[in-house]
Amino acid sequence: MKIQPARPSLTKLPTGIQGFDEITNGGLPRGRTTLVMGGPGCGKTVFALQALVNAAHRSKEAGMFVAFEESTTQVVSNAATFGWDLPALARKKLFFLDARLAPEVVKAGEFDLIGMLNLLHAKAQELRATSVVFDGIDVLLSLLDDPIAERREIYRIREWLALTGLTGVITQKIVGSEADQRYSFLQFMVDCVVVLRHQVVEGAAFRNLRVMKYRGSGFSGDEFPISLTRDGMQLTNRGPAELTYAVSNQRIATGLPRLDHMLNGGYHRGSNVLISGAPGSAKSTLSGMFAAAACKRGERTLYVSFDEGAAQIVRNLRSVNVQLAPYVKSGVLRMYSTRTRGPNVDDQFEALRAKVREHRPRCLVIDPLSALSTKQSHIPSADAAQQFLDFLKGEGITVVNTSLMDGLSTDDSTATGISTIADTWIHLSYVVQDGERNRALTIVKSRGTGHSNQVRELTLANGGVSLTDVSVAHGKVLMGVARWERERQELAVAKRSKVAAELKRLQLQLAQAEAAARLQVVETEMEARSAEIELLAHATGSASRLVKTDRAVLRRMRHADEDLRIAPRPGAKVATPVNGGRREP
Amino acid sequence: MAPAHKHPPGLRLRLYVAGHAPNSVLAIANARAICDEHFASGHELEIVDLLEHPKRALADGIIVTPTLLKLLPLPVSRVIGSLSDTTQVLLALSNR
Repeated sequence: MKIQPARPSLTKLPTGIQGFDEITNGGLPRGRTTLVMGGPGCGKTVFALQALVNAAHRSKEAGMFVAFEESTTQVVSNAATFGWDLPALARKKLFFLDARLAPEVVKAGEFDLIGMLNLLHAKAQELRATSVVFDGIDVLLSLLDDPIAERREIYRIREWLALTGLTGVITQKIVGSEADQRYSFLQFMVDCVVVLRHQVVEGAAFRNLRVMKYRGSGFSGDEFPISLTRDGMQLTNRGPAELTYAVSNQRIATGLPRLDHMLNGGYHRGSNVLISGAPGSAKSTLSGMFAAAACKRGERTLYVSFDEGAAQIVRNLRSVNVQLAPYVKSGVLRMYSTRTRGPNVDDQFEALRAKVREHRPRCLVIDPLSALSTKQSHIPSADAAQQFLDFLKGEGITVVNTSLMDGLSTDDSTATGISTIADTWIHLSYVVQDGERNRALTIVKSRGTGHSNQVRELTLANGGVSLTDVSVAHGKVLMGVARWERERQELAVAKRSKVAAELKRLQLQLAQAEAAARLQVVETEMEARSAEIELLAHATGSASRLVKTDRAVLRRMRHADEDLRIAPRPGAKVATPVNGGRREP
Repeated sequence: MAPAHKHPPGLRLRLYVAGHAPNSVLAIANARAICDEHFASGHELEIVDLLEHPKRALADGIIVTPTLLKLLPLPVSRVIGSLSDTTQVLLALSNR
């Protein structure tokens, strides 16, 4: 291996811990040394090992793991829970060096690490390794029992790393404060310092990671919650500072047609919906209907419940004619019933993320989300809920959350603060009136949607769930039997007025008929008169025509000349032979 | 010369060193002195430079230098360090 000159630009080795790679813009500094420090059980070894494994998996880079504290078989078997296929990697790409000193080893004078570093050098060349982890080096160094000698050996390691150009990770236990450490100079020596912390707040265990220093690179210096999952360490990043989700204008059914109508067509695809309400106010029922509607469209759906078992939910929903069982059977719907496990919700949200990644749903129900807002209001849990909803947004998953609350006060009832980031908020409440308890549904808010401001009554029956208009009488909202009575009254009034109207109509029809009859008489009379007029006109006309004709005939008979024609003699008697009028001209 | 310790017959030692590093140079001198003084009648001291034979060192599980292995008589024992603490070295070598 040749001496590598100072690198012009810093390149990074991704750790495969996605959140960590995000907050450090790419991972650990390549060819430099990173110090991972933390108390017992923080996950130092997991962090270091995961970086090696990731490099081996992703870019086929070989790595070396020097274990000073545990046997290498222990390290490998501990990591077997993470599904990294470590034994196979150990044969090809990873070299584990058991660097523990047996307890019976006698120390007789000062020693150094030259031997080990030379061994590793030879091994690195053989494997073409690019990174090395020194896990728990303090165990060995403390044997030196001489601060100066210890410091000398650590500098020796640093020199060696610089010489070989390997990416180094050194883990170190810390007890008490970070500054008050035997090897505090390590922090100044290395290029990157990662601090892991394991703390217990009011009985809740929290694991955190913080990047304390990173030479030559920007990083986020806050503490981030970490959890150890089946795939290894997970760091929950807050997500991008800028909210840039793709938004959809598509509407999807709520499962209740009347509610779709109130929301201008349903929930927005990819939005998050909060259904709040008192116990038993049908929150689960509405969630179940949403899930059933999604499954009916053939969309993969995940139903997470904290209060009830899956079988119980399916049975209960069947009682209001919402059938989930067939979808569970076909695999479209996955029911995941779990219990809230202690107040540390970061781990639980991480488990939900894993479920989401596993089932890849388009629609999600969390019933209730308030189960994850802890009794003790920790800031991390509020963050966790928001980050989880952000994650769902990023994935474009439509989520319906329920939240147990009695009123609409926004400060104490939703400890998770989800009401502020919910896109649509539906509140279910009880209205107690006239010895009845009825369910009322209101849409508190719905972003980007003109929505009904009306209170509706929600009724559950064997046939299904329905929304009914409430009656408002004298400024009072009437529900249940009161509404029914009111409706009956209105019905009776309507019926009476309908009969009256019919009567009136008939009367008017009669009058109309009478008028029509009168009109008929007049018309007939008119016809008779005009016939008479015509007859008269006809008679007059034919008489004058006859006179003309008769005269012509007469002249012909008399062979009269023109003069006669002009001035006939008065008083002359004319006998007409054929059709004769006896009229004198 | 009466030996201070009952030296076992057929003492076989192997000393791993790292080139000319100060601790290693010191350890070679100390090992030779101890052998000559206490096990003059019969011993075998092999000095292995780890820089030249890393594979042998790996096979013997050497982590730090210098490391002295007592191979015979059994059981095998190991001493780390420059071997300046003669009492500790003798204790380890007489361990059987």
